Amino acid sequence: MNIHEYQARELFEKFGVATSPGGVATSPAQAEQRARSLGGKQVVVKAQIHAGGRGKGTFTNGFKGGVHLCDSPEAAADMASKMLGNTLVTHQTGPQGKQVNQVLVAEAVDISRELYFAVLLDRATSAPVVIASTAGGMDIEEVAEHSPEKILRESVHPLLGLQPYQTRKLAHALGLTGPLLAQASKLFSALFKLFLARDCSQIEVNPLVVTPDGRLLALDAKFNFDDNSLYRQPEIVALRDKSEEDPREVAASEFNLNYIGLDGNIACLVNGAGLAMATMDIIQHYGGKPANFLDVGGGASKDQVAAAFKIILSDPNVQGILVNIFGGIMDCNVIANGIIAAARETGLAIPLVVRLEGNNVEEGKKTLAQSGLTITSASDLADAAQKIVAAVQKNS
Amino acid sequence: MAILVTPQTRILVQGITGDFGSRHAKLSLEYGSQVVAGVTPGKGGQVFEHQANTHSYRVPIFDTVGDAAKQTGATVAVIFVPPPFAADAILEGVDAGLDLVVAITEGIPVNDMVKVKSALKGSKTRLIGPNCPGLVTPGDGPNSHGGCRIGIAPGYIHRKGSIGVVSRSGTLTYEAVWQLTTRGYGQSTCVGIGGDPVNGTSHLDVLKMFNEDPETEAIIMIGEIGGSAEEEAAAWAAANCKKPIAAFIAGATAPPGRRMGHAGAIVSGGKGAASDKIAALKAAGIAVSPTPAAMAETLIQAMKERR
Repeated sequence: MNIHEYQARELFEKFGVATSPGGVATSPAQAEQRARSLGGKQVVVKAQIHAGGRGKGTFTNGFKGGVHLCDSPEAAADMASKMLGNTLVTHQTGPQGKQVNQVLVAEAVDISRELYFAVLLDRATSAPVVIASTAGGMDIEEVAEHSPEKILRESVHPLLGLQPYQTRKLAHALGLTGPLLAQASKLFSALFKLFLARDCSQIEVNPLVVTPDGRLLALDAKFNFDDNSLYRQPEIVALRDKSEEDPREVAASEFNLNYIGLDGNIACLVNGAGLAMATMDIIQHYGGKPANFLDVGGGASKDQVAAAFKIILSDPNVQGILVNIFGGIMDCNVIANGIIAAARETGLAIPLVVRLEGNNVEEGKKTLAQSGLTITSASDLADAAQKIVAAVQKNS
Repeated sequence: MAILVTPQTRILVQGITGDFGSRHAKLSLEYGSQVVAGVTPGKGGQVFEHQANTHSYRVPIFDTVGDAAKQTGATVAVIFVPPPFAADAILEGVDAGLDLVVAITEGIPVNDMVKVKSALKGSKTRLIGPNCPGLVTPGDGPNSHGGCRIGIAPGYIHRKGSIGVVSRSGTLTYEAVWQLTTRGYGQSTCVGIGGDPVNGTSHLDVLKMFNEDPETEAIIMIGEIGGSAEEEAAAWAAANCKKPIAAFIAGATAPPGRRMGHAGAIVSGGKGAASDKIAALKAAGIAVSPTPAAMAETLIQAMKERR
């Protein structure tokens, strides 16, 4: 789950992580008021969408840039009116872009140093780790590759948490001395507290800045949350903005299906995440392109199979479907009936290859064969992948 | 011998009265596994009953894991309790001094597992999972009946034999097992270690056990994108493993930054891509299956080349 920049800043404020003053606006009048409340200083107005590259993006109406400096409250209002309700295209949004419904209005701070600071789960040690760097404002993966000596790592004990001495050690290594040392220690502790309290899997602050007037501020951040913990994080769930997500993924989540849209033309419907990934891989191996990842789970019901069919068929690129079910415990005949019901209900008009294996498989295959629908049966996974790739290539 | 569990292993089921737990406890009983106790707090003293194929099974239910283990001699627990209570259930098994705890539950908060993993250090208990299908040591009856089935895998697809299987994914494990069985190759033990980023037992842990097990002649290792556990296992195997290994890595076509169902299956920060893992496996002399349909064939070929 992703959140907006303004929401990340609200979390910072709540947990005492210093950031530049500012807030969200949903209308030009509100943007003007925000700018005025910041004392009439220069402000930055930033379009709020779930995508990077906003500064270099272009609106579909031709207006350039989703991040602008404004010298007066009136200018901030004018800028907000150019962004709100319009669609911003960046290198991460795809050509269709994303509609801007909120803007952030914040104090434009002068920067004397840019740093990097992140807290994340280290899988190798099964514990949190803090990563910090003096090379802020840059792509951290590039820094790690080209100048690994600039990356600091501090492991955190899973039961003790980040200790004050560790925050001072990090601050010192980042060259934060004098009054900045205490500010840094406080900011790092607060960030770690936020990481644990809200079940984050990653918080990346980039940049963390030092201002000429001696403030240390978390200027921009990227959050990742542990999906497994959302049941106990109602405050985080409330931040979800479904308008930013692929509508097919939203629909799938309502049926407890795991769907991720891709850009190919062969849809897959599989039980189990590992087998679902492997099915995408084998389609590609035989020269096709998967249109999606879809895991219907271990105990898929007839309704779930029907919902899954509707979701994959709502992708206009889909020209064929591969169903791959290893029904170890599930009854293959129940699955076969679910597939037939879904195919009838959706008036299926594209090739469908079904590979069933497992419990009661002979009955399941018989049910498919007697359905009167044009369903191609496959004997194993390789056979299934080759058949659907061939069928789609023949039609295109 | 097999690894971790044998047909004689005595099993207790935490969450035996829930839908999920009772369904799979019944299937394990029908498979001939020694399910000797159930644990559901507040239902101690009741009996879990099941009738199937002229057999009638009666499994006593206890309030605590400690009591269940003491009364029945169970040494292994399998956990089906819902995510909010699963970490506590694991710790209860550790406290009871069990040899093995197998957590089937999917969706346990990662922060809970970080703490559990830390608490496990220095204890005698091994954890497998969470978010895993469990493990099977096939028996020598028809359709491998009489084996030890712990978790949710379909028992009948197995055959007793000498191939060890270790995997992060459930259905992909069944796929590999079925490919082996239909080609006449049985299994020593099949272990699903689970798809979460923090788990109790790694590929490497299981490889070491298969390497030491006299009954295991060859190994299939199934991995997926995310983390670096497969690379670590490959590096160890190159220097230490005497037995042929075939591997498959799922997720070559997965886009970076997206969680592919399993919480652990995500390529992030330029790490955990399938191509890196495949390169590491090949460099370690491990045969890599080009597709998920060729896992058994790849292993059989590797075994022939070794002879």
